[in-house]
Amino acid sequence: MAQEQVEEYIEAIYDLESRDGSAKTTAIAKCLHVAPASVTEVLKSLSDKGFIQYEPYRGATLTYEGKEIADTIKRKHRLLEVFLADVLKLNREKVHDEACRMEHTISGETENALCRMLDAPAHCPHGSPIIPCNKGVGSCAECDGAGKTDMPVAIRDKKIIPITELVPEQKGQIAFIRGDYKVVQRLSDLGLTLGTSVSVMRKTPMDGPVEILVRRTKLAIDHAIAENIFIESPGTGNV
Amino acid sequence: MKNADYTIALAGNANVGKSVIFNQLTGVDQIIGNWPGKTVERAEGLLLHSGKRIRVIDLPGIYSFSTFSMEELVSRDFIALEHPDAVINVIDASALERNLFFTIQLLELAPPLLIAVNQIDLAEKKGITIDTKKLSALLGVPVVPTIAIRGKGIADLTDAITSLMQDHPVPPVLYYGKEIEERIAKIVPRLSKVTTPYPVRWTAMKLLERDSSIMQVVSEQDLGIVTTAGLLAGEIESIHGEPVCVVMSAERYQIADRVATEVITMRTPGEGLQKKSLTDRLDAVALHPILGYLAVIAVLGGLLVWTFIIGAQVSAFLAEFLSQFEQYEPVITGPLMDILWNGAFTGFTAGVTLVIPYVLPFYLLLAVMEDSGYLTRISVMLDRGMHKLGLHGKAIIPMILGYGCNVPAIYACRIMETPKQKTLAAFLVTLVPCTARTVVILGLVAAFVNIWWALALYAFDILLILVAGRIAFKAVPGESVGLIMEMPDYHVPSLSVVLKQTWTRTKSLIWIVFPAYIIGSAIIQGFYAAGLLNPVNDLLSPVTVLWLGLPAVIGITLIFGIVRKELTILTLAVIFHTTNFGAVMSPVQLIVLALVSMLYIPCISVILVLASEFGWKKALAISATEIVMAIALGGIAFRVLSLVM
Repeated sequence: MAQEQVEEYIEAIYDLESRDGSAKTTAIAKCLHVAPASVTEVLKSLSDKGFIQYEPYRGATLTYEGKEIADTIKRKHRLLEVFLADVLKLNREKVHDEACRMEHTISGETENALCRMLDAPAHCPHGSPIIPCNKGVGSCAECDGAGKTDMPVAIRDKKIIPITELVPEQKGQIAFIRGDYKVVQRLSDLGLTLGTSVSVMRKTPMDGPVEILVRRTKLAIDHAIAENIFIESPGTGNV
Repeated sequence: MKNADYTIALAGNANVGKSVIFNQLTGVDQIIGNWPGKTVERAEGLLLHSGKRIRVIDLPGIYSFSTFSMEELVSRDFIALEHPDAVINVIDASALERNLFFTIQLLELAPPLLIAVNQIDLAEKKGITIDTKKLSALLGVPVVPTIAIRGKGIADLTDAITSLMQDHPVPPVLYYGKEIEERIAKIVPRLSKVTTPYPVRWTAMKLLERDSSIMQVVSEQDLGIVTTAGLLAGEIESIHGEPVCVVMSAERYQIADRVATEVITMRTPGEGLQKKSLTDRLDAVALHPILGYLAVIAVLGGLLVWTFIIGAQVSAFLAEFLSQFEQYEPVITGPLMDILWNGAFTGFTAGVTLVIPYVLPFYLLLAVMEDSGYLTRISVMLDRGMHKLGLHGKAIIPMILGYGCNVPAIYACRIMETPKQKTLAAFLVTLVPCTARTVVILGLVAAFVNIWWALALYAFDILLILVAGRIAFKAVPGESVGLIMEMPDYHVPSLSVVLKQTWTRTKSLIWIVFPAYIIGSAIIQGFYAAGLLNPVNDLLSPVTVLWLGLPAVIGITLIFGIVRKELTILTLAVIFHTTNFGAVMSPVQLIVLALVSMLYIPCISVILVLASEFGWKKALAISATEIVMAIALGGIAFRVLSLVM
């Protein structure tokens, strides 16, 4: 089975799973414009490869490995969309299909070069979040520096998530802050330096500010800024 | 303050009780004004201690010296250039690490420093005990524990200040990591050839941090040092892979963390800690998705109710009372002195009926909300909505104040962070219909057309604020930052702080409003008596008659309205010899006049306040924009409404 086909299926399953909880054969068939019978066949092979868990009639869900592939594809897809819309000035409606075709062919190096050139965008033109890369850097400035000096950068071994995805009372350590250095500066002056423990106190509806607890003080942070603060391996407990 | 023997400054983070200590140290005689040329509040008071007159400056509450906001530059230059005899760093015992981060930056500036660890009682409640003696030993500066709100430790603080002022001790140097110190050591010797008003080690560090204003000062004398420092900064950046400022922040936090760990004893979570704190319980309501908005609506609604019902009645009562002494007569004749007196007295009435019913209660409520910590919660709840205006949550405060009177509302724009946000908020405030403009809308439209058209004008105004906000956000240069704000614990506001804040703010307002009203009214009366207003009417008639479709005499009334908007109606009544405006003007004319009055330059006091806060250029630009907008929209409204009505 071609890599491109694998990726297309994993992407479709990812979308359906986040919408319906699991991806049913008929839904995948409809989504990819193929016959249900051939879907069943591919799902079996994906299950054998360990990318999905598949139970007939209940549908497919991604495994950890499958999710990693989906994350990379989504990241490439959305970065490409930003590139096509903002740099090449393509029509917003067209960029999705275009990116769908390109996402399977670009390398990790191109992906990261795009990210640097576009100043590490946080969202695609349609508003979906772009997850950060898995390089072991503390901020985008570090990545820029590494790009110039060709310094080898270690790969992060743990998955990082934005603090906006923490549930109240959950805590984690700051691993990476994406964005403009002035914002990074303001945040670090208020105690949000790399490795610091933070926990989310409260989130307000409609993407309002997020209240966090850091170094015994509570801060309210604009949602757009907060979703660019990433933490490592959340656990529960008090900061 | 004149004749002060010494000058001391209070510095520290916001919400640490700095203003309470300021009030404890100084008497009633405070001056609240602006730092020269800056939209930053400056509070100054006098402390009399053992026969010495000590000037106390309350520096703005800041968290660092590295983001280059106006508040930070003002504070840093005051400490470095004015050489205060003592700097008191007020720190919050409950958040020692973050407060010490700022202390470390103060130590770099090397003034005679003293630390007041405030709110130790609240920290104790959270299970945090601080060894102040050890803190003093570690940092090498005197440390005094205080509970300012109850006056505890203030006497010790005053004694410590006195000895500091006499000895002027230089605090010890704190050392950073090896790679930073090595590079500071390379810059320091080269700085001996350069003269700056700043301490040498500090200058070296700032050069290393690429501080643009210090780079400017040094490069004028020796460009080579700046270049070298830049290269050294680059080395640090390639070691850490992060901007040098961020590296320095991390270094300082490392020291702060180390010191904090040594001096803090945490009580094991016992009985007291298990139950939720008062702040958490209040926030469960104040920041609740439904209850929180209800609370905001209750507070803001209360303000509006006050404005329209209670404030308006008190204002009417005061006007009535004062009119016993002198009646406003727009077509007065007689000796010049009488005419001027009539104008001046009208101005005085205008001032009294503004300050007592509207300004004082607003300032009082603002001080209570600010001091209790509720203001930050309102900002959080409304942050999303204010994004539509290119502003964030805090901007709701000036906007609401604007419904009462634009003047205090413009002062309130100081709470915004960047110059751009301050200007933008002030511009939008001037579009908010204040009580005076409400009187015009009600008196012309609600009374003689119908209430729905009056409400439609209000709705249109809100729409206009939204549109103008978006356009101005694009047009005004500068940067705008998202909300990053500390959420302090709630506490019962200190009565003396609230009253003093209200009084000093009102006092500084009176000095602008009263002269403007009194002199402005007198001059206009004088103009009228001199027969200059009819030529003015003729001059304005192309705009008023041809474009706006209004009677020619409206020219006068619009000019009177510059002094105070409700004079428009009074003047109109006298000119037409009737208060039944429905008989002399068509509904379309009434609506157009109300619309134009609502939008064209706010009034003379607002222009003066804009000028004092933002400079004449911006004040005139805002006024001109609004005149053009009012005339343009008025003319369009005249044509559109003529078709439908």
